[in-house]
Amino acid sequence: MAGASVHGVWSQERIVLALAVLLFAVSAVALPGFLDPGNLITIVRSVSVLGLLAVGMAIVIIGRGIDLAAVAIMAMSAAWYLQMLNDGWSDGAALAITLAGVIGIGLVNGYLIAYADVPAIFATLASGSFVFGIVRSQLIGQDAVPVPAGHWLEQLNRVRFFDIPAEVFIFAGASFAAYLFLRYTKWGRYVYYMGDNLLAARNIGIPVRPMTVLRYVISALVALAAGLLSASSLLSMNTRVVNSTLLYDIILVVVIGGIGLSGGKGGMRNVIGGALLIGIMLNAMTIIDIPHIYQNLIKATILLIAIIIDSLLNPRDEQTAQQGDI
Amino acid sequence: MLKKFLTAAVMTAVVATAMPAIPAMAEGDPGPAAYEAAMKGKRVMLVPMAMGFDLAQGWAAILKREVEGFGGTFETRDPNWSVEAGAQAITDAIASEAKPDVLVVMSPDLNSYSKLMKRAQSEGIYVVLVDNPANFKADAYVGGDWNRLGQMEAEAVVKGCGEGSSKKIGLVQGDQVNATSLYQYAGIMQVLEKHPDFQVVAKPDSNWDPTTSRNVTATMLQQNPDICGIIDFWDGDATGAAAAIRDAGKQDQIYLVTTGGGEETATCANIENGTFDAVVSTELYNESEAMVAIIKYLLQSGQPPGTASPYIYSLLSTVTKENMTPRSCWNLKALQAAAE
Repeated sequence: MAGASVHGVWSQERIVLALAVLLFAVSAVALPGFLDPGNLITIVRSVSVLGLLAVGMAIVIIGRGIDLAAVAIMAMSAAWYLQMLNDGWSDGAALAITLAGVIGIGLVNGYLIAYADVPAIFATLASGSFVFGIVRSQLIGQDAVPVPAGHWLEQLNRVRFFDIPAEVFIFAGASFAAYLFLRYTKWGRYVYYMGDNLLAARNIGIPVRPMTVLRYVISALVALAAGLLSASSLLSMNTRVVNSTLLYDIILVVVIGGIGLSGGKGGMRNVIGGALLIGIMLNAMTIIDIPHIYQNLIKATILLIAIIIDSLLNPRDEQTAQQGDI
Repeated sequence: MLKKFLTAAVMTAVVATAMPAIPAMAEGDPGPAAYEAAMKGKRVMLVPMAMGFDLAQGWAAILKREVEGFGGTFETRDPNWSVEAGAQAITDAIASEAKPDVLVVMSPDLNSYSKLMKRAQSEGIYVVLVDNPANFKADAYVGGDWNRLGQMEAEAVVKGCGEGSSKKIGLVQGDQVNATSLYQYAGIMQVLEKHPDFQVVAKPDSNWDPTTSRNVTATMLQQNPDICGIIDFWDGDATGAAAAIRDAGKQDQIYLVTTGGGEETATCANIENGTFDAVVSTELYNESEAMVAIIKYLLQSGQPPGTASPYIYSLLSTVTKENMTPRSCWNLKALQAAAE
């Protein structure tokens, strides 16, 4: 039931796209310098880390789950990696240990959810706090860990193709890879089946438990990539980001893009649409110089409007009503 | 004759009794006993906004050494930037059996902890505010004069831009509730009033987050490519503004000023490698020693909490590549090793 997202002509995805286009058009006319190629690059760039995290979150949510540990894994894995480098570890060893840690957390999340039947929302909430706590208290000395001078992350930061920074390509590349995975691989199709109807998926012989574990491992690895990308652009990793609204922003991008929390529908184009809408909105509000608290208010209002329009145009179907959301 | 004799006898007696008393008086400095009586076993608790940044860790290292030095107990609580967790820590401290005698609080904003801190005082606990002012009559405020700090940042940016520049500057504020952000802004504007040719072209908030700082700075530079200076309100997020400047290839054109605690890796290393051009920095040792002195004074004063409310402002200095010396910064690792 991959076509479940198209209930009517105005699916949430199209509403969001229309909103993004409308905002874009208004900004282009009203705001000086908005259409400047440099500004357009700034918009995409400002949401590339957010978008990358949303790619991982989307894969989890489409399979009917949620990963509230994503931001903790992103910040703490990158900070731990940098801390090891600063303590004189070799790059290979530090990266290998970090990768092992990240995959380990993904496996634990997946195991708790798939085998121990802990609801995803609680399992990942707890493991996120655990990851933050253990890394912050035992493994790193300060909130912010700098990238050592001359490290490849510093060089990555300077890479440009056609004047477009590397992070834009990394976001685009990750979205494309996730698109290929979800559309054209057997396991990708399983994600949709499981999100749409877990019991039916199980009955037709899909290995639902290992598949669930796989999704959380992918999400953890994407989070590590996002952490490294963020560290590369700021030349440090500040673990304070765990306390920020970033986690909600990721879910906002996924949900506003039209991937329902009940799972089974949506794809990468929803993530890109959602990320661009947020990017355009934040950029326009910064150009107008709207204070941060009002920016949050406006962001929340637009999300509410999108959800209300969606629920009016696309009433909940029988199946979702029975299952409930996550 | 008899009278004379008696007088002499009395004198001798007086001298005789007094004689052994003289060395005893030299030994009998009342200070140590009074000091010990007032200080021994006293509890000092530090509640910063978080323990994970340079200033808090520096204060804690010095306070720990000093408090344990006078036989007291030193504890910290780490709210990890959560206002609620900080309020909980203070509430628990007031209610606990082993109540602290002195609470050293870094307030997250002007009002959140005011009532709690007043309650602490009414329970007999001295409250010392550090670094962040609050609407509350503390037993002392120890920290920077944020208005003055803003003035120094503005002076640095005016000088850094220079006469021949575009004279356009951007501010990356923290938020609209923290006193450090509000007073800093006021100080900056005071100086800029004296330089009417300078113009603030944008003043977004970073919410103290480096990623937000980078995004708003990138947009700011996109809109005003000829900006000559930027003031970011904290070095904790100014790395984001620096990244945006670097991305735009404008390190030579833009003079970036910020403020911080003067820790080696956060301040001096970033000035050295050109990330920041000037940092208005607090002298950590002096500031921490001022806290120690005020704690020692309060514990011996016998005055009830809330009696007086002095401001013990720390000396601020503007550190740049030109005036930087090995003494401009302090090293957290060395300081923590010394406190162990």
